Amino acid sequence: METTTRRSFYSAVIAGLGGLMTATLAAPAAAYLLIRPKSQKQSDLVAAADLAQLTVGKPEEVVFRRTRVDGWRVLNEKATAWVLRKDDRNVVAFAPQCTHLGCAYHWDEKENNFLCPCHTSTFSIDGKVLTGPAPRPLDRLVTKVDQGKILIGAEIQKA
Amino acid sequence: MKILRGVIDWLEERTGIESGIKHFLYEDVPASAGWHQVLGSVALFAFLTQVFTGMLLAGNYAPTPGEAYNSLRYIVTELTAGQLIRGLHHWGASLMIIVVVLHLMQVLIWGAYKKPREATWMVGCVLLLVTLAYGLTGYLLPWDNRAYWGTVVTTQIAALPPGAGPYVLRLLGSDGGSIGAITFARFYAAHVLLLPPLTILLIAIHVYLVRRHGVTPIPQDAALPKKKFYPEQVFKDTVATFLWFAVLVTMAIAVRVPLGHVADPTDTSYIPRPEWYFLFLFQMLKAFQGPLEIVGAVILPTLAILALFLAPFIDRGKALRVRERTGAIALVVFAVLGWSALTARAIATTPPSTEDPDAGLALVEPWQELPADQLAAIGAFRKDNCGNCHLIGKSGPGPDLTHALSQRPTDWLMQHFKQPAPNVATQLKNPELRGLVTFVTKRGDAALKAWPSAPQSAVEGAMVYQANQCAACHKLNGVGMQTGPPLNGVADHRNREWLEGHFADPQKFSPGSTMPVYKLSSHDLDRLTSYILEIPK
Repeated sequence: METTTRRSFYSAVIAGLGGLMTATLAAPAAAYLLIRPKSQKQSDLVAAADLAQLTVGKPEEVVFRRTRVDGWRVLNEKATAWVLRKDDRNVVAFAPQCTHLGCAYHWDEKENNFLCPCHTSTFSIDGKVLTGPAPRPLDRLVTKVDQGKILIGAEIQKA
Repeated sequence: MKILRGVIDWLEERTGIESGIKHFLYEDVPASAGWHQVLGSVALFAFLTQVFTGMLLAGNYAPTPGEAYNSLRYIVTELTAGQLIRGLHHWGASLMIIVVVLHLMQVLIWGAYKKPREATWMVGCVLLLVTLAYGLTGYLLPWDNRAYWGTVVTTQIAALPPGAGPYVLRLLGSDGGSIGAITFARFYAAHVLLLPPLTILLIAIHVYLVRRHGVTPIPQDAALPKKKFYPEQVFKDTVATFLWFAVLVTMAIAVRVPLGHVADPTDTSYIPRPEWYFLFLFQMLKAFQGPLEIVGAVILPTLAILALFLAPFIDRGKALRVRERTGAIALVVFAVLGWSALTARAIATTPPSTEDPDAGLALVEPWQELPADQLAAIGAFRKDNCGNCHLIGKSGPGPDLTHALSQRPTDWLMQHFKQPAPNVATQLKNPELRGLVTFVTKRGDAALKAWPSAPQSAVEGAMVYQANQCAACHKLNGVGMQTGPPLNGVADHRNREWLEGHFADPQKFSPGSTMPVYKLSSHDLDRLTSYILEIPK
């Protein structure tokens, strides 16, 4: 009986200390891998195009440069957005990836809709899914019109 | 429980895993086995911890010079628990060396290397060298001044053997004596690709040999019944491992791992020194100068390693009780005393580093590293609303100045800056105009990051700095004369009150100073002082 007690004490301590050490390593590892970096600065709105360049009701692919934080690097890189001028004051900017699997879509002039060539999802001019496997409308970017300039942000808004 | 039993039985029938584990755990150990045999298990656990934390670090690390430093800074300043993981890896390395050396001493004192365990001992000696090789190659990977200069010295020592020296240097990627991308790549490859599989192979052989010959018994053991490895010895191993681990976690939390400035091969003021466990070699070298240098640097260490390696063949006596092994005990005591004395002497005679060991841990913004003239030019650009036409990062009415350097002639630019458009005139003064010309034609890439992000107060401080021509006497971020003291890192030894008083009456604060009196408005004084105080070392 005494040896049984001693054996189970040994086993309990081995399991307990082993578990404690594993947890002490696993918890910071999970935090390190999963929690976002502390000061991931989102860049401000950047001027992407002149409002006057766009025709009301016709989406245009706008190419502009923006600064993006990529890990330990700060990149000044090319970015694109499909921008639709709705009227004199309002614009909508769609993020350039299809909401299905991230392919680049384009505006199909003939059909008057956005077409993704990968799995033939189509979207209406205001981003709603018309056909195909896309699970949600096109994602939008924050926009602002200021003194005739269209400013676009980096943050993606999912519908 | 029944399902679990079923799964285990299924696995056992097909792989024999359960009986394998049982065979491993219920190994016989001699009656005398106990606390003095725990060190091997602790060393194994130490290695596994290093593998784990090393993989985590590699997940956010760019193994090229420069980027290595930036990514490590990112790990320790931006990531949650990054500082802790690096601490575990850094102090884990030191504590692993301590455990490995203690393990070796224990075997040496007990004479456990004697027949038939010579091979176990020699594989263990190779494992010690491998452990030291991790320390040597890992030392370079942060790519700060400490890493760089320490490794320069290491490679130079490796180059000493006559005949082989140049080839060793070439192998280390350090042709011509300087170290750079190639040396870095070789050290990194050794640290993460070559050494770990080698270690695993050697540990497997080492453990296999320990199992084959059993734990070394002492002469009295013959009369006593054997014990099982599990659970008593495993319990002792686990408790010892836990104590080791508790020390490691405490150190990783409480003792900050230094990260200095990024490696600067032109820095002539940096005093390199090795990691603490190599300090004794560093100190010993001082005793061997000129043609004798090779004796201290290469011959003696090689002989010592050989002697250690061949210990089973040098000490061929019969197995004895520990108390009777006075020779081995004396040798270990002598080695520990010698090592301690040399290490203490090395610490006492090496002047403290002039560099803030934590310089790399402070967050430095791009503007803080930009020369004042460029920051002031950014100020001039903002002051006269150049950004209305020259949009940053995009073409607008005027060209995007961040895209490429201006190719316009100076005269054209000067005129353009005075009068950028018909009927529009700027308020810029001549020095500001010249500063802008230099900036748009010659600015470096560092300015691009600072351009949109530099705080306006700092930019204004830099403009005051330029307007008063501080660079005519002072050097700041690599630009300016050296008549007066350099201004980088002034905040380390001067406060705001001192600086502000000093501008008004330099001689009062630093007698004999040739600096003229600057009568600045309270706004300018505040901006200039704040600016200078924020420029890091």
